[in-house]
Amino acid sequence: MKLEITDLWKKFGANVVCKGIDLAVNEGEMVCLIGASGSGKSTLLRCINLLEPVDDGRILLDGLEITDPEQDPQPIRQRIGMVFQSYNLFPHMTALENVLLAPRRITGRSRAELRPMAEALFERFNLADRMTHYPDQMSGGQQQRVAIIRALAMKPEVMLFDEVTSALDPELVGEVLDVLRALKAEGMTMILATHEMGFAREVADKVCFLDAGRILEEGPPEQLFERPREARTAEFLSRVL
Amino acid sequence: MGAPDRQAAPAGAGAAGREFGPSRRELRERRERRRSLLIAAVSTALTIAAIVILVPMTPGWERVQKAFFNEGVFLKTFPKLLDAFWLDVAMFLWCAPLIALWGLVLALMRDARSPALYPLKLFAILYSDLFRGVPVILVIYLIGFGIPGLGLPRPWNSPYIWGTVALVLSYSAYVAEVYRAGIESIHESQRAAAVSLGLSHGDVMRFVVLPQAIRRVIPAAMNNLISLQKDVALVSFIGPVEIFRQAGVYKSLYANFTPYVGAALIFLVVTVPATRAVDRMIARQQRRQS
Amino acid sequence: MKHLVKAGIVALGLGAVAHSAWAQGDCAAGKTLTDGVLTIATGNPAYFPWVIDDAPETGKGFEAAVALEIARRMGFEGDAVKWVRTSFDEAIQPGAKNFDFNIQQYSITPERDEFIDFSAPYYTAAQSVVVRKPAVDAGATATVDSLKSLKWGAVESTTSPGLIQELISPDADMLLYNDVADSVEALKAGQVDAIMLDLPSALFTAAVLLDDGVVLGQFETGGDSPDELGLVFEEGNPLRDCANEAIAAMKADGTLKAIEAEWLQDATGVPVIK
Repeated sequence: MKLEITDLWKKFGANVVCKGIDLAVNEGEMVCLIGASGSGKSTLLRCINLLEPVDDGRILLDGLEITDPEQDPQPIRQRIGMVFQSYNLFPHMTALENVLLAPRRITGRSRAELRPMAEALFERFNLADRMTHYPDQMSGGQQQRVAIIRALAMKPEVMLFDEVTSALDPELVGEVLDVLRALKAEGMTMILATHEMGFAREVADKVCFLDAGRILEEGPPEQLFERPREARTAEFLSRVL
Repeated sequence: MGAPDRQAAPAGAGAAGREFGPSRRELRERRERRRSLLIAAVSTALTIAAIVILVPMTPGWERVQKAFFNEGVFLKTFPKLLDAFWLDVAMFLWCAPLIALWGLVLALMRDARSPALYPLKLFAILYSDLFRGVPVILVIYLIGFGIPGLGLPRPWNSPYIWGTVALVLSYSAYVAEVYRAGIESIHESQRAAAVSLGLSHGDVMRFVVLPQAIRRVIPAAMNNLISLQKDVALVSFIGPVEIFRQAGVYKSLYANFTPYVGAALIFLVVTVPATRAVDRMIARQQRRQS
Repeated sequence: MKHLVKAGIVALGLGAVAHSAWAQGDCAAGKTLTDGVLTIATGNPAYFPWVIDDAPETGKGFEAAVALEIARRMGFEGDAVKWVRTSFDEAIQPGAKNFDFNIQQYSITPERDEFIDFSAPYYTAAQSVVVRKPAVDAGATATVDSLKSLKWGAVESTTSPGLIQELISPDADMLLYNDVADSVEALKAGQVDAIMLDLPSALFTAAVLLDDGVVLGQFETGGDSPDELGLVFEEGNPLRDCANEAIAAMKADGTLKAIEAEWLQDATGVPVIK
């Protein structure tokens, strides 16, 4: 078991966003979280990345409890990459600088030492000609792919994707999804919060339907999409498909 | 008149096919622009003429002219005033970086998020309240005479040192607020992205938040620098003979205010271009952000 | 034009005052700011020994006594004398004045005389040097050579900055202050070693404002540029001639000397700087 979440609770003030979530993710698996806005998908991802402290429950990464308050969050975050809906590239740095910043600071190695690694990633995702560009000189699809490269440069064991195609123009969604397919093919463990039902159905190993802070239903995509067990799942799918 | 036109048209138009002259709208706008320029010029000229003609007709003008715009006094005092102005420039040059640095430290203290650092945060809040609440001149007096009065030996009791300290203490409170506004203007998602990469809080601040924040607040900070350029003159209250004081000496010597007018001119020569430059910077930044 | 107006006012004034002239000397009649009242300005606050307890109307203190004696000789006494307070600058600002004359140790200089009018001098003030005891212990003496090496302070609006440069030309740049209090503060803080003040002010400063003050010496009053104090008038004020008449009379009959002896007696006994 790569990642194991048990009875996770998270609230913002009086607003309880996660109400006892259980989720297990195997090595190399891609799990898609679907559900309406506000159902708790993003919050769940942010909790896994320790961007939000949990109120109750545990998250285990390779059997290590990362929600332990004594645990230093920094090395954990280095093992878990995260990509955001709005890319969140650093606008004052070139694509290459965006990618090199964390490896430089964390490994203490120089730009020159790290550059071949970064260049290889840019090559692989067909962005070699964009390395010296600033974020505002790139399309949304290119920016999002740089954001993925930035996360990959830390060699994470798990990748979290928070609606990474939602802010993109429709014709740019494909190039980002292609990157996700490639990562899946390499055996990366991934959790996606997504509205791309077709993509989830095609690639996911497991799909979870979140409703009001709970995982209401989970299963292989064909089962969940074709024969949902819960009435609310069926209702949600009928609205989005 | 027709012939050159016919010759020029094919050459200029070339492959484009059809040459467009100014549109009717453009012609109309051009006419209007010319008209408003003319009105502006005439009204400005009339206003200046009114001032030049009417002011000297006031009963006190002769006296005012003699006391404030005295050519002889001006010529005698201006070179020495210019000399004294270098002290203002020097004080500005050593104050500005110290203010930028200490203001940044204060802003970072104020941004402290860990409970263990709360005392620092509290200090920064009180500091900003205190020094923004007290007029600069009082801070200069209290620190400039008060601290040397504790019995420091020379040169550590120099009014240059403690005048600088007073200016830095006062101005950094304002500059810290400017930095803070910049830091707070950086969207939380930038911090989240940096934190999610596993960067430490210090690195997030240093590499992600501050570079963006500082770029954003440079124009506002420059406005502070311009008022600093004027306020260094206040250090004269505790002894140093800079331009304002030198003008005061001449005022006493000649019982005449012209030296102050000379000093004001020298200040304007420096501050007007600086103000213009900052205004342009702010305008450019606003264009970029919209 | 201006002169015509002025002449008109004077003529009117003469007519109006004709019947009340019994209260005033003929000279001052109709020339004052307010008819029948002489308005005298002094500093805010006014200092010992020039004015005692900041109360000039009592006539205590050298300048208070001189001013009231001049007033009396011009025909103003009791309620006919009104006191107002001004800063140094107000006296030389252009525009209408709120006083007939101003008395607060204005040194008479040719430069100033171009823009305001002075009366004849009523006092010749020796410039003198105030230091603190540590400076004396360190070897400061009443010689120009010794004074050169001191760090000097002075008050901007006085003639001292110029005199320090001229008489001593010290090695280090001098520091200048807004008023005597500030310069004394700098002396206490050790930012300057010596300040230059007129002798009466110096004696007061050394004795009262400083715990360890010493008047190191005074410059001779007879030199090229004696520091003489005069009343300040708005330029062209005809009242000045009346005041000069009074001052001349006071000098002639010894009144001025007597007032000086009464209020400035400590001034003797301070060594002359060589």
